[in-house]
Amino acid sequence: MKVQMTVNCRQVSGEVEGRTLLVTFLRDGQGLTGTHTGCDTSQCGACTVHVNGQQVKSCTMFAVEAEGAEVATIEGMANADGSLSVLQQAFQDYHGLQCGFCTPGMVMAAASLLAKNPRPSEAEVRRHLEGNICRCTGYHNIVKAIMAASGQHVTAVAAE
Amino acid sequence: MYNFDFVKPSTVEEAVAALQDDEAQPLSGGQTLIPSMKQRLNAPGTLVSLLGIEALKGISSADGVLTIGGVTNHATVAAEAGAYPALAALAAQIGDPAVRNRGTIGGSLANNDPAACYPAAALASGATIVTNSREIAVDDFFQGMFTTDLEEGEIITSVKFPIPEVASYQKFEQPASRFALTGVFVTKYADGVRVAITGASEEGVFRWAEAEEALTANFSADALAALAVPSNAMITDLHGTAEYRAHLCKVMTGRAVAAAH
Repeated sequence: MKVQMTVNCRQVSGEVEGRTLLVTFLRDGQGLTGTHTGCDTSQCGACTVHVNGQQVKSCTMFAVEAEGAEVATIEGMANADGSLSVLQQAFQDYHGLQCGFCTPGMVMAAASLLAKNPRPSEAEVRRHLEGNICRCTGYHNIVKAIMAASGQHVTAVAAE
Repeated sequence: MYNFDFVKPSTVEEAVAALQDDEAQPLSGGQTLIPSMKQRLNAPGTLVSLLGIEALKGISSADGVLTIGGVTNHATVAAEAGAYPALAALAAQIGDPAVRNRGTIGGSLANNDPAACYPAAALASGATIVTNSREIAVDDFFQGMFTTDLEEGEIITSVKFPIPEVASYQKFEQPASRFALTGVFVTKYADGVRVAITGASEEGVFRWAEAEEALTANFSADALAALAVPSNAMITDLHGTAEYRAHLCKVMTGRAVAAAH
């Protein structure tokens, strides 16, 4: 069946099966491989994207369910001139990634948090990341990056 | 995952008609159904998405009753069920933010996972489950693990929660899944206390009658001192033994009473 949606402000369409996951449509159909399939069981959050402004796990949603929706992925996060957004730059500055596999999902989850809560506490950041797993960093630098991106001092972010 | 046909009706009537097909199943938020289809535990021939039915969405409050549309997601309940704070707090603790943006109250109740949170809230609140064809008292609704009174093709259209004087849900979380290892929802109404426990029993969510009686007489954690939940029907798995869960039932009930407001 045919599906069409807006991905990063661009109208796209494609032929999918009912069972085609949104993440598969984005990666294989649209070539947007920044959205990662990690666990494929909705645990890890590497596939996190925004659908109509809400963060979702794109491995646990069918492409046909996004018919007519506005989808945002990591490829749409950079500034118009291609430079990194404040949030992405903070991940680099604070070493908020090591292997990078979880990073697209982390950035999308963090962007969703900051859109609703522009100055979250450290506890709020950690709680918001419950559905995003990182096996490298131990999370501290990710938390620092998000706190810094929200314009807060991060020297007080302590190891938990 | 096996393939399926997908339909997205815009009215309850159209959805009910589409579900007459023996191979058809309703799809709400999909946060349980899609993973189970990936594992080929479930293979519907047709999925009937309920998310296009506007009449099933939203929250309203009138005459001491909070009514939540069947496909209202957890994030919406967390944000908009302020008339029943303990219920909003429960919704805010389900899964993680992405799951809460998809998963729905009707899906959770219809699935009746033995460790899900919403069944405890519904049972402790004496809720009424409203479907396309009838109203079901919650005491008749849950019929054991993953089993409810719903007929094939019957859709939960809304859930009515009488708002208690005070209430609290205390979840001892299984940290990997964020389901309740044991969760207890305690409510206090003018006519008595109700205690519903999820995550613990092999029969799914249940009411702890002895605790209800004791707490109705004396709404204090001290009233539970002489009580114990028998461990013989409790779940044993790698996360905890039956005895551990039985103990958690009492501990979490006490915490819920202490926290109720």
